[in-house]
Amino acid sequence: MNSEAANQRTQAAPDPKPDKARRLSRRVIPGFGLSMGITITWLTLMVLIPLAAVFIRTSGMGWEEFWRAVTSRQVVASYKVTFGVSLLAAMTNAVFGFIVAWILTRYRFPMRKLVDALVDLPFALPTAVAGLALTALYAETGWLGQLFYPLGIETAYSRTGIFIALTFIGLPFVVRTVQPVLEDFDREVEEAAASLGAGRLRTFVSVVLPALVPALLTGFALAFARAVGEYGSVIFISGNMPMRTEITPLVIVKHLENYNYPHATAVACVMLVASFAMLLVVNLLQRWSESIGQARG
Amino acid sequence: MAGIITRASSPPPPAPATSARAATAEPAWIRWLLITIGVGFLVFFLLLPLVAIFHEAFKRGVALYFATFQDQYALHAIRMTLTVAAISVPLNLLFGLAAAWAITKFTFRGKSLLVTVLDLPFAVSPVIAGLMFVLIFSTTHGWLADPLRNADIQIIFALPGIALATVFITLPFIARELIPVMQAQGRDEEYAALTLGAGGWRTFLTVTLPNVKWGLFYGVVLCNARAMGEFGAVAVVSGNIKGRTSTMPLYIETLYFEYQSAAAFALASVLSLLAVATLALKNFIEWRAARARFKA
Repeated sequence: MNSEAANQRTQAAPDPKPDKARRLSRRVIPGFGLSMGITITWLTLMVLIPLAAVFIRTSGMGWEEFWRAVTSRQVVASYKVTFGVSLLAAMTNAVFGFIVAWILTRYRFPMRKLVDALVDLPFALPTAVAGLALTALYAETGWLGQLFYPLGIETAYSRTGIFIALTFIGLPFVVRTVQPVLEDFDREVEEAAASLGAGRLRTFVSVVLPALVPALLTGFALAFARAVGEYGSVIFISGNMPMRTEITPLVIVKHLENYNYPHATAVACVMLVASFAMLLVVNLLQRWSESIGQARG
Repeated sequence: MAGIITRASSPPPPAPATSARAATAEPAWIRWLLITIGVGFLVFFLLLPLVAIFHEAFKRGVALYFATFQDQYALHAIRMTLTVAAISVPLNLLFGLAAAWAITKFTFRGKSLLVTVLDLPFAVSPVIAGLMFVLIFSTTHGWLADPLRNADIQIIFALPGIALATVFITLPFIARELIPVMQAQGRDEEYAALTLGAGGWRTFLTVTLPNVKWGLFYGVVLCNARAMGEFGAVAVVSGNIKGRTSTMPLYIETLYFEYQSAAAFALASVLSLLAVATLALKNFIEWRAARARFKA
């Protein structure tokens, strides 16, 4: 534990005396040591060591048992549900989130401000409350369930239910990444395209859309990453049937309830690696997005 | 991740009326079609769930609604939630101020790595957040099992574990709200204060803090809303023992699966009000900022 933690610490801590830092060590603004000390200590204790615990526990369990734990039928079924439905939800959010960002920045309509404010609701509303509300709404007797069940669409206690919950919690990401880029977008470029004879659709597809792609992908990746880890809202609406509507975080919880800590940890390890990979993708996308912004800037 | 987003969401200036410039505007029917689709999507996924909570909470009458808040377990869960927030928000406030100060007022190598580590809690599933602390502090399976048992300290299935998990989940929020505000503020005013002879703390208290007070306030409120609403991480570490380690979101789940849905929705409505108030505050602060920019 200690070596790993120490290793993590040196990674997080910036090299204390690189050239630039040494020059700036007689810096004018005080408090570098104190604020940096608090930041790094707190991050190490609260984030790095606990995260390392998952990996170290996993590394102690032997390859074969690990493999058995992370590829059991129930777990593999849960990956399919979690990643598959998260992907669908993120794609839905990419499409509708784009439309929402577009109408909020480009059009004026009654109660636009209120609609704009409402977009952040999934950030502020506790996930358990969201799950409860969506279940009430989409259950067979709910306001919206009543519309779908006669059509043969089971909106609650099914994968559709999981899809609804994951769409809800991922909703703000695409809107809030695309919106600022769209606001900064130079309308004169569009005017130039139009004056050169491009139709509105052509202008949109070959002038506006390319500039928005990095932001759109970033929002998509954020919504996807958020959906993959989601637990609270899903367990209310999914029905939690093993092999069918069980998400991977729930599998971890069930392992824990059976005191099967090694298997819970192994599955958690797989999820963490997936999350970190997505975080990396998001960072790369944002860098790409910024470089485009600067090039155009 | 949420922080990245909240940072990005500056208030949109009202779009100029596009009808005058037909070449760069969509036909009216497309405009209204898109507005209908966009608003319709939000109504189905955001507005109706919010309305449903209050409808379900009140549909069996106001008396039953208020009876929920006389149940001793509900009261205990409310106290528990308030306690957890009272522990985790100040800790993350101190951390957020320190992190934002270090990141925005100084130039150093490895800054982007530090910011990435700061964002890690956004990327980790809440369930895994809970699991991490179980692996360390469980008295049966944890790394520290023996010393904790010997000292008779219970962290998992008790308040300290719930607080730890909540601190982890809400760790980036205040820092993430402060960093863009402090970045926009720059360092000039601090330089001026220090040149005029103010000490470090005095500069911080009389120059920096007043400049970022609204961002800080919103960060605290958002952090508080998330701390009170956290479910997954807390569910894993608390054991959800009614009347002992149950918080409001956990007790909502208990009530719901015990078929006391009116009571579940009554408690949920309180947390929903908190969420709505948080959003209202966010918009108020953005409106103030936009007005200040307009004046300047």
